[in-house]
Amino acid sequence: MSYPGLVAETVKFKAHNGDEGEAYYARPSGAGKFPGVVLIHHMPGWDEWITEAVRKLAHHGFATIAPHLYFREGPGSPDDVGARVRAAGGVSDEQVVGDSRASAAYLRAQPHASGKVGVIGFCSGGRHAFLVACKAPGEFDALVDCWGGNVVVDDPKALNAKRPVAPIDLADSIKCPILGIFGNDDENPNKDQVNRTEAVLKKLGKDYSFHRYDGAGHAFFNASRVAYRAEQAADGWAKTFAFFHKHLG
Amino acid sequence: MCSYIIEKAKLVGTAKGPNGPWMKVDTANVYYDHPYEAQLDHALCVDFVCEAAGGRERVAIEISRESVLELMEKIKAALASGDASHTSAAACSLNGSQADVAALF
Repeated sequence: MSYPGLVAETVKFKAHNGDEGEAYYARPSGAGKFPGVVLIHHMPGWDEWITEAVRKLAHHGFATIAPHLYFREGPGSPDDVGARVRAAGGVSDEQVVGDSRASAAYLRAQPHASGKVGVIGFCSGGRHAFLVACKAPGEFDALVDCWGGNVVVDDPKALNAKRPVAPIDLADSIKCPILGIFGNDDENPNKDQVNRTEAVLKKLGKDYSFHRYDGAGHAFFNASRVAYRAEQAADGWAKTFAFFHKHLG
Repeated sequence: MCSYIIEKAKLVGTAKGPNGPWMKVDTANVYYDHPYEAQLDHALCVDFVCEAAGGRERVAIEISRESVLELMEKIKAALASGDASHTSAAACSLNGSQADVAALF
C-alpha cells in the first residue's frame, strides 16, 4: 500500500545529552496509526538524498525520522558540515546511539504512531543502525543495515575513543530481526566482511536475512550518484518495505 | 572506504573559492573516499582550512586518482622550473656585475 499524500518537514527534537536536535520527518498524511522508522544518514551527511529516502519510506506507510547527526557542527551546507565532522574524526558512537534513541522516542510520542519502530541506516549509518540495535535492544523492532562498513573491524585505526568497539562484538544483544543489503563490489564492507558478519549472526541464532547484489558496490540506492544500480536498488527497496511491513505492521 | 581517516598537511598560504574572499589556510585535510559532488566512485578530496581560525570554512577539491597523479607531476615540474629561474635571478641580482644587470634591460 502506498501513501502519495505526505507531510514532510524539519522538526526539533530532544537529542542526546538534552541537546536540541534537528531532524527531517515525513509521514503519510492520512488518518491512522503508522509504524515508525529511524533513518540514520550516511557519512556524507544529512543531505538531499537522505530526505528523499525519508519521503520514500513515508510513501510506503512509515512515519520516518532522520536525525541530523552533525547538527552540532552546523549551521552550513551538508557538505561543509560533513567536512568539519570528518576533520574532527567523526561523531562518537555514544552520541549517535543517544540521538537515535531520542528519535525513536520522538516517533512514539506522535499521535499517529503505532508504537512499533524500526531502524535503517546507510553506509556509516548502516553500522550505526547495527550498533543502535545492539545498544538499545528493547527500543527497536526491526533493523535494516544497508552496506554498513566497519561492523567487522579489520583496520585497528578504525577503533578509537569515539568508536571503541566493533559492533559485531555486541551482536548477541540484538533482539529484533535483521535485514542486510550489500553490494558484492563494495570495499567496505567487502564480501568477506559481510560473510563474517553473517556467520556471527548465524552462530548466535539471530533472525536475519542477508541479500547480496552482483554488479553493485557501495551506495547503490542513490540515484544521483554513479554508484546507482537501478535494478538492484529497486529490489533492495522492495525487500526493505516488505521486511518493515512484516515486523512493524 | 567511508571511513573518517584523513591525512593532515600543514600549510602556509591562502586559498580562494569562486565568490569568496581570500582566506588564510594552515592545513589541508586529505582523504581518498567517496566524494560528495564529483561523479566518481572514489576521489582524492582535499579541504583547505585554517584551523587557527576554527577550521569552519574551507576551499575544497574532489578529483580522480588519475588527476592526482598528473597534478603531482605538474607540481613537481612547476617547482623545479620555478626554483631554477629564481636561482638564476638571485644569482643575477645578488652576485652579478653592473654589466650583468645592465644586460637585463
